[in-house]
Amino acid sequence: MTVLAPYRSSVAPTRPPGFLSLLLAEWTKLRTVRGFLIALLLVVLLPLGATLLSRSSCSVMTVGGSSQSVACPAAPVGPDGEAVEDSLYFVHQALPANGSITAQVTGVTGEYAYSASKPHPPGGSVGGTRVNAAGPLSLASGTQPWSKVGIMIKASTSQGSAYAAMLVTGSNGTRMQWDYTGDTAGLSGAVSASSPRWLRLVRSGSVVTGYDSLNGTTWTEVGSYQVHGLPASGTVQVGLFAASPTHQPFIGGLEAGPQGPSLATGTFDGVAVSGTSGSGSWKGTAIGSGDGPPIPGGRTAGSPRSVLSSSYHQTGPGAFTVSGTGEIAPDVPSSPDSIGASVQVALSGMFFALVVVIILGALFAAAEYRRGMIRVTFAAAPSRWQVLAAKSAVLFAATFVVGLIAVGITLPVGLHMLRAGGNPIDPIPALTEARMIVGTALLLAFAAVLALAIGTMARRSMLAIVTVIVVIFIPYILANATNLLPLSAQEWLLRALPVAAFSIQQPYPPYHQVLAQYTPSSGYYPLSPWTGVGVLVLWAAVALAAAGWLLRRRDV
Amino acid sequence: MTSAVASAAASPATTAGRGPGLAASRLLLALHAEWTKLRTLPGTFWLLAATAVLTCALGVAVSAAYHCTAGYCSPADTGADPAKLALSGLYLGQVLAACVGVLVVGGEYGTGMIRVTLAAVPRRLHVLAAKAVVVAGVTLAASVVAVGGSLLAGRLLLPGKGLSAANGYVVLSLANGTDLRACCCAVLYLVTIALLAAGIAAAVKNSGAAIGIVLGLLFLFPIVTAVIPDHTLARHLNQISPLQAGSDAQTTVGLHALPLTPWQGMGVVALWAVGALILGGLVLRFRDA
Repeated sequence: MTVLAPYRSSVAPTRPPGFLSLLLAEWTKLRTVRGFLIALLLVVLLPLGATLLSRSSCSVMTVGGSSQSVACPAAPVGPDGEAVEDSLYFVHQALPANGSITAQVTGVTGEYAYSASKPHPPGGSVGGTRVNAAGPLSLASGTQPWSKVGIMIKASTSQGSAYAAMLVTGSNGTRMQWDYTGDTAGLSGAVSASSPRWLRLVRSGSVVTGYDSLNGTTWTEVGSYQVHGLPASGTVQVGLFAASPTHQPFIGGLEAGPQGPSLATGTFDGVAVSGTSGSGSWKGTAIGSGDGPPIPGGRTAGSPRSVLSSSYHQTGPGAFTVSGTGEIAPDVPSSPDSIGASVQVALSGMFFALVVVIILGALFAAAEYRRGMIRVTFAAAPSRWQVLAAKSAVLFAATFVVGLIAVGITLPVGLHMLRAGGNPIDPIPALTEARMIVGTALLLAFAAVLALAIGTMARRSMLAIVTVIVVIFIPYILANATNLLPLSAQEWLLRALPVAAFSIQQPYPPYHQVLAQYTPSSGYYPLSPWTGVGVLVLWAAVALAAAGWLLRRRDV
Repeated sequence: MTSAVASAAASPATTAGRGPGLAASRLLLALHAEWTKLRTLPGTFWLLAATAVLTCALGVAVSAAYHCTAGYCSPADTGADPAKLALSGLYLGQVLAACVGVLVVGGEYGTGMIRVTLAAVPRRLHVLAAKAVVVAGVTLAASVVAVGGSLLAGRLLLPGKGLSAANGYVVLSLANGTDLRACCCAVLYLVTIALLAAGIAAAVKNSGAAIGIVLGLLFLFPIVTAVIPDHTLARHLNQISPLQAGSDAQTTVGLHALPLTPWQGMGVVALWAVGALILGGLVLRFRDA
């Protein structure tokens, strides 16, 4: 009788695979499925196609009321590289070196035109259809909140040149403003003949200091600023100015009611300039042509001053009235004065990529269940947490890299093509562009991980895809592409849900000195860019934790 | 399920003749088989119930969130469309309707059931036609409940939010021609989207991919048209987008500003569904299952 030795495998017992082997295994699963590779390729290719088609033109009303298409002029660029509005009426003389200007403002009045026949619906620019009412206009008197009248030192009379100004506004008190974006509050309150304001600007090289005063003897310094673009030595222009932005009422942050061009008139007294070469050489210049709808009398758009007429009169020694229309401020694409378009247009194609990465993430998890592959996976690597971590890491890395390539190509190339197609896109700083590229790639990668986590929980690809698309796209459409919800509800959706991450795509900061629709549909989000991405990361993390817990608790 | 399949399978053997009456009875048998399959799946009822409930719920949430600034509540100031506000739950409802359409067709590809179905009913267009009728029937039932509930919620909620007769609004009612049209179009829209989804699922033969394509088709158009500065292109995209054409069909206020009239909008959605069903039919007819 032979005794059989019990079977012993000749393969030495091994420890469970390390995390690196798991990463390798998951990477192999990702790269060897043809559909997954096609999906990654689509992420790169799809977004670019979406920006190819947009062509823009601006219509100009001609004599007789018919409209004519012209290429949209791009906004002028300020000294710091940002798009600006620079149209005003400037009464100036040359200031060859250091010097100062002092003036007393004894009154600010205004007039505006509006279309009485055709009310403007709130949120009028939603859906990409901003309509300038072209009906007959009526005239009314009154200043705009940010009508500006005051004294100014400006590098030149060309649009976009550097400046510093002390000014009195329609209803925001006395301010010092410089280089379009700078704004500091001075004295508050309305101006009248009985309650005038004295203003003073002092140039010392490229540093300009602003003062205001209630009586002309006690002066308060409002601010002293290095004005970028103002030559440290050399001739600049000094004088009086008036500007008044487009009349547009706002209700609850949304445009409501008719809009039309406006005019502000300032009354000055005791104007004194030091440091100029001669005296009495004042010259009036209308900087920028001013944009606006047609005005009564069938004149053309772009010259509202033919009725709301920019002009100046010297009424005595050192006494002037100056009337001007236009806006001198940073360009806000959603403001009524702007014809600029937002950089975000170039990223609209990213939504195609987002759909693809969501499907990819959900399938990467759920496909294991469909064919029973998950049992092989767990036989090879018993630690379920580690498998989930490896899967997420591989998916995150793959979608982030592919997303980075996609956005890194799409944004610069898309912007170039959009501008070549006549779309007046406002420029952004290089750092903002880098933030939008990296942030959008992160958004794609974390959305894929969220889909992976939900796919792991649901174990069925369709359920996971539907859930993630519903959670991301429906709030986005309700908040950004429709006006069904009030602004406050839209902003809450963009704080609480994964769509908060789209704040990484906000290209321009809001400016309190420019009245505009700062709404999600105009590209302004309630959270700061990185906080918004943090909200998505939190959602993905919670979903991953829940998926891990379920994975440990459930049989496969 | 087995008995229905068995009777459908037995039918060609028992009635071996030819003729127009026979084609009709074959179609009826296929229809009966599809109805049995759908009715005996555990998820169907819940999906249809979710379509009705979630549509109403989102409509209630949007109606409840609505407010207008005191003094600026006239129709000219708000531009609000009460019917469209009440029906905003359709953003969610169409997703679930699309799921119904995808599951009825794509579910069979996931399990391999499609091979049994085609063995029992070899005429493939009969299978697709039967599935389309069943999908349309059950979605119609769910949509009537969803739209009716949304309308009722809007009628009860919106007057309290400033959209009242005192402010110059017409209170929602099926007795108004425009509201009736909006509601009919909303019901038809959900049914049409379910058929579109069924067609796409037959064309791509995979539930996950099909629902991804349908939802992409629905949601990408409005997102892209909201940001592009080219108004002419945006208007054309709005005209061909199924979601926005459907939304035009549910509009009761400011019709002159729409890129399509309501019934033209409904026609665009129907064209998408017909196109998808034709594509699905061609794939089913000429390719292996």
